[in-house]
Amino acid sequence: MTTETVSPPSEPSPRVETTRLQATSGFSRVLSPRELWRYRDLAYQIAARDVTVRYRQTALGAAWAVLQPVGFMIVFSLFFGGVAGVESDGLPYALFSLAALVPWTFFANSLLLGSESLVSNSALVSKIYFPRIFMPAGAIAAGLVDLSISLVILFAVVLIYGLVPPLAVLVLPVLIVIMLAAVLGATAALSAINVRYRDVKYVIPFAIQLWLFATPVVYPSSLIDEPWRTLTAINPMVGVVEGFRWAVLGTDAPLELIGVSAVSAIVFLVAGLAYFDRVERSFADYI
Amino acid sequence: MSDIAISTHGLGKRYTLGTGGRGYGTLRESVVGTAKGSLGRLTGSRWPAVDTDTIWALRDLSITVNTGEVVGLIGHNGAGKSTLLKILSRITEPSDGWADVTGRIGSLLEVGTGFHPELTGRENIFLNGAILGMRRSEIRQRFDEIVDFAEIERFLDTPVKRYSSGMSVRLAFAVAAHLEPEILLVDEVLAVGDAAFQRKSLGKMNEVAREGRTVLFVSHNLAILQALCDRGILLERGEMMADAPVGEAIDAYLGTLERAASTDLLERTDRDSRGYDDTHIRHVEIRDAVGGHADAVVAGRPATITVEVTEVIPMMECQLTIYNSLGQAVVTFDSEMSSPADVREAGAGPRFQCEVGSLPLLPGRYRIDVLVKGKRQIQDGLQAAAFFDVEPGVVGDRPMPASGWDGNVVLPHVWRLPG
Repeated sequence: MTTETVSPPSEPSPRVETTRLQATSGFSRVLSPRELWRYRDLAYQIAARDVTVRYRQTALGAAWAVLQPVGFMIVFSLFFGGVAGVESDGLPYALFSLAALVPWTFFANSLLLGSESLVSNSALVSKIYFPRIFMPAGAIAAGLVDLSISLVILFAVVLIYGLVPPLAVLVLPVLIVIMLAAVLGATAALSAINVRYRDVKYVIPFAIQLWLFATPVVYPSSLIDEPWRTLTAINPMVGVVEGFRWAVLGTDAPLELIGVSAVSAIVFLVAGLAYFDRVERSFADYI
Repeated sequence: MSDIAISTHGLGKRYTLGTGGRGYGTLRESVVGTAKGSLGRLTGSRWPAVDTDTIWALRDLSITVNTGEVVGLIGHNGAGKSTLLKILSRITEPSDGWADVTGRIGSLLEVGTGFHPELTGRENIFLNGAILGMRRSEIRQRFDEIVDFAEIERFLDTPVKRYSSGMSVRLAFAVAAHLEPEILLVDEVLAVGDAAFQRKSLGKMNEVAREGRTVLFVSHNLAILQALCDRGILLERGEMMADAPVGEAIDAYLGTLERAASTDLLERTDRDSRGYDDTHIRHVEIRDAVGGHADAVVAGRPATITVEVTEVIPMMECQLTIYNSLGQAVVTFDSEMSSPADVREAGAGPRFQCEVGSLPLLPGRYRIDVLVKGKRQIQDGLQAAAFFDVEPGVVGDRPMPASGWDGNVVLPHVWRLPG
């Protein structure tokens, strides 16, 4: 036993810290990992809520995750594949379009739900502090569940057609990460602009339609001549969609498209988050 | 040991009015603004405004709150109370000055904020707990306590949208009340639920206050503030008017209310006119039906409350609420709930008269809030439009003492006594 005397009682709860609240400028919130970590439980709960609520009180439930891309596949196969006779890199048109529709549906839904996420949670935003990025990020995270389900269906259809996915299938996670970066950047910026300008709500559905045709979903990018073909990959979804076809159906490796799209996705991410961070502090005043 | 929990230094919050400021902006306005030379609007660190019309919601506030103090914030609507809470809870940033906050801050919010109607009670407890800043482990630990307090065991797995409003109120309060932040901000949330639950939540707040936690209270119910707080801070138009023991602060607040009532009602700017300008409340008074002074009446005597307005418009209705000196509502008179005995006559002049056959109020000081409606819209409203004193009188042939009785009203009644 030691002979140490009893030390005087230490200060109660020494871990209590003092925060200074004042007008800030520059980047401080979104990109503060400490802040994000502190609120991690809330991030989890928001994502869990978005997943749980997504298909509550719908008759078909999570089947919608599949019905959307499959429905489009059928319609596109009839009109673009059948009637219009659009090329499909020598693959069955249904497969060709489904492989693109799976990532595209995720992208479009994330954009739609994510850009509304702050406004539709305005009661929370105006009454409680938390890193606001959780709202758009939560909407996107919830979409990942849908993406997983539709990926399973995609592979099922591939096998039904008697194809075996090539080794390139291992690239799939990389493609998904590129897509996540792009969609998080775009959604962060759009949701932030939406706080101030509700015009965003009307622009998004229209923009998604245009974006669909700017992306080789219904047509192969091989229809476009170089150097324009590589240039279109500034749209990050070009690399992702063509990458998906390569990874799942074994088309020619579109490495230059994926490369350009990856760089572009990083630009999307950085620019989107930077803008979000700058305007985040005044959300509560405008929402 | 009295550590400092909150200290603010010249804290201020400025809002910009006008098209370029608060409220809905459209891209078009922004584009026009850009064309006028305010480039970089979308990229500026703060969304700048075209207009320079600003209002200080809070100005130059320097206060120190020690750990364990329970402080009431008192003031009219728009005095800056909620703005202060918003700054302290980090929802919005101050424009000026700073605040140092020591310890975790939690807010007791308006009921139902953060509830999702599609989620079950159980799911909502976790979601709402996380929103209020609780760790999952903390929520799990206190889960049974919360469910117990809210009395909703049987409905735990029912979506909240199927709850009665009483149930969701209880659940919301239960989650919030079991928060354990070092500093608790409470914005007018106690006036919810039925009487029994109100008593229970008040008891809970009392318990919280006694646990040595720092609490900042906003309430219009002065009785609650008086009961729970040690210290009161009176705000008026964003500036601090008094920082004193709660009783003194409340007296100062009542003083400002009376001053407001004694000024010409048409000059008051704190009115609730919802943007309408068709008619305004000009004058409010209560008078003995037989005569006598305005604003001094005797219990048990017939009294008439008169509201004069500037203009007669179609379908006018009037609602009066009488409050006691602690800010608790005593009685409401509403012409919209009509009786066959009501008289509506054209050409009677721009005034409402509410006649009470026998005024059943206990002696004391009261105030009248007035709401005037027309065309099915609220046209004008004034808090504390008039003050009046009730003198002791005779109700149902029975006299009353000048003071000492609890409650606000006295009713005619008859006893049967032994021997």
